[in-house]
Amino acid sequence: MNYNWDWGVLIREPYFEWLVSGFLWTISVSVAAWILAFSLGSVVGIARTTNSKLLRGIGTCYVETFRNIPLLVQMFLWYFVFPELLPEDAGMWVKRELPMPEFTTAVVCLGLYTASRVAEQVRAGIEAIGQGQRNAGLAMGLTPAQVYRYVLLPVSYRIIVPPLTSEFLTIFKNSSLALTIGVLETTAQARQIEEYTFQGFEAFTAATLLYIIVTSTVMLLMKLIEGRLRIPGMISLGAK
Amino acid sequence: MFGEFDTSVIFDNLHFLLEGMQTTLILTVIAICGGLVLGTLLALARLAPFKPLSFIAGSYVNFFRSMPLILVIFWFYFLVPHIVGRPVGGFYSVLVAFVMFEAAYYCEIMRAGIQSVRKGQIYAGQALGLTYTQNMRYVVLPQAFRNMVPILMTQAIILFQDTSLVYVVGVKDFLVSADLVANRENRILEMFTTVALVYFVICLSGSLLVRRLQRKFAQ
Amino acid sequence: MFRKISLFTMSAALLLSLGLSAHAAESMVLKRIKERGSINMGHRESSVPFSYIGNDGKPQGYSVDLCMKFIDAVKAEIEMPDLKVNLVPVTSQTRIALMANGTIDLECGSTTNNLTRQKQVDYLSTTFITGTKIASKKGSGITEIEDLEGKTVALSLGTTNEKAIKRVAKANGINVKTLMVKDHPQGWLAVESGRADAYASDDVLLYGLISKSKNPDKFQVTGRFLSFDPYGIMVPQNDSLYRRIGTVTLADLMRSGEAKKIYDKWFNPGPTNINMPMSATLKTAFEIQALPH
Repeated sequence: MNYNWDWGVLIREPYFEWLVSGFLWTISVSVAAWILAFSLGSVVGIARTTNSKLLRGIGTCYVETFRNIPLLVQMFLWYFVFPELLPEDAGMWVKRELPMPEFTTAVVCLGLYTASRVAEQVRAGIEAIGQGQRNAGLAMGLTPAQVYRYVLLPVSYRIIVPPLTSEFLTIFKNSSLALTIGVLETTAQARQIEEYTFQGFEAFTAATLLYIIVTSTVMLLMKLIEGRLRIPGMISLGAK
Repeated sequence: MFGEFDTSVIFDNLHFLLEGMQTTLILTVIAICGGLVLGTLLALARLAPFKPLSFIAGSYVNFFRSMPLILVIFWFYFLVPHIVGRPVGGFYSVLVAFVMFEAAYYCEIMRAGIQSVRKGQIYAGQALGLTYTQNMRYVVLPQAFRNMVPILMTQAIILFQDTSLVYVVGVKDFLVSADLVANRENRILEMFTTVALVYFVICLSGSLLVRRLQRKFAQ
Repeated sequence: MFRKISLFTMSAALLLSLGLSAHAAESMVLKRIKERGSINMGHRESSVPFSYIGNDGKPQGYSVDLCMKFIDAVKAEIEMPDLKVNLVPVTSQTRIALMANGTIDLECGSTTNNLTRQKQVDYLSTTFITGTKIASKKGSGITEIEDLEGKTVALSLGTTNEKAIKRVAKANGINVKTLMVKDHPQGWLAVESGRADAYASDDVLLYGLISKSKNPDKFQVTGRFLSFDPYGIMVPQNDSLYRRIGTVTLADLMRSGEAKKIYDKWFNPGPTNINMPMSATLKTAFEIQALPH
């Protein structure tokens, strides 16, 4: 196989802009989905540690549903099936009026999926603290909400920093699935450059480097932060 | 646009869908076996006293863990034939991609498993005069595997779900077969709902089994 | 008379194959087919009626029929009548890469022969001529690309249509929103479900999509040709011996009128009722490409 190397293609018009725009889409999808995943995941995770049977049941159902269907299938369900299940007007609104439909769908899908994983980490974090602290809090006359607010959550979030970092990196990598519904993020742009120029090696290498740079930077930053957040005498939960 | 939910489209194409599921399962099983073998070797290399070896294994793992699986699939699908110098079919390309990718994850699981074996056991082996290889083979690995069964199974379920990503290169797995039927018969709603349900039932049964095993091992 | 001709063709074919076998060792593609014991045929899954998966799960269509003739000639050439045919599904995004990297030995789909692609792959004779048009719902008020101002058009990634629409829209300052889709069914679904106002593709493929939809009466194909797209069977680059087998096969089919018969089988009216009698341009193209021996 002879292959014509041409690394210049990566900085040529308009391919350089494609890569940049793809990278920005990747970041936007990841960050927006992470905000959703983190907030919703926290709520679901906390629900699974409460004393209410109903809340625990809802939390469990949520986690099991989202964890046991492949993410790609979920993406298709949100994009193709969900609008058809709505009343016609609402379905049409989702398909036409929703701002940036592909982007929004990808964010919602990734966010809801990752929330189920975040929820598991939050729950593990709270459970790692043990019943003693909870009882101590209650014995002091704190309401259950106060126990969570002042005793359980401050500690549990600090010990689950490493697994949450790895969940963020997972969402960052999973954002590439958005290409299946037409979001032109980094991987999609690499493919498009390959299609237009036939310089597959160069395009894919560029995409790979972009992912590695972000992953390494995030890991490095979090290592620094982890050191400051670590609670003396308590082990932090390892990334799974 | 979809009209009534029509289940007959599923039964009419059952054979076609089952063939797709077969591909999915074959892909999963081979990727597990290949990934496990390569992953174990990588884990041994990572923990080996010889520095360059552990550095190479570590870089391999970090490299693959930094990349989205879709990108890995594209890499192998388009570019491996260039490197090999001869054509590699779609199925084999993604198979290689999955084995290489999963190995990085299995390596980390194995490493944790090996490190979970108490140091005393290793010292005991050394005291008995076992070499490094013998110690690994007869003392450490058998115990490590036992500790890891639940997490290995969880990884298998994740892998089973991840194989659906071969969609991006059109290998005819369960999802792609369903997608083809959906487009041919104009029955998107039915097909995608069915696919989701099938995956859900299989994966949920798997996770329930894992939980049961976990409880058994904990006793 | 008939006998004479068939005798003549037979001897010609014999001479031809003898002449070719002398060089067979030099054809890389034939060599790898021989070694492998199989030929890898790339096909599409939803390019109706060129190359698509039929109800039996196997690829069929106009291009597939022509490719089968080509494969027969390859079998005769390398004297392997039992040569296995491996079916490799390709998409508009993967076909060129898979041809360039040697995964497939021929591509039977609906691929436009253009000069950029010829940097990577070669083509056999032109077997169909079409161009980019727009499909939309009847009553949508869309006829030309100019009517898409502020509306959404679905485009298949990596197609010549994508480039054509973007080029024309830019040149005429038309503000069109684009929705990128993976393949024809996804593009069509976008129009059918109302996600996009129109889908731009080769006119023949649009007719094919409409004919297979649930309500063919509700949709229309309109507008001027926005690009010129001659289709050809794709083959690996730099293998003139291998390519010549295809050129000879197609020239024979076009000369004998069999190509026209295969055309009518799929288009006039065709299994999906596409109803496209052969255009005068294509007829002329067939006459010109029916090179003498």
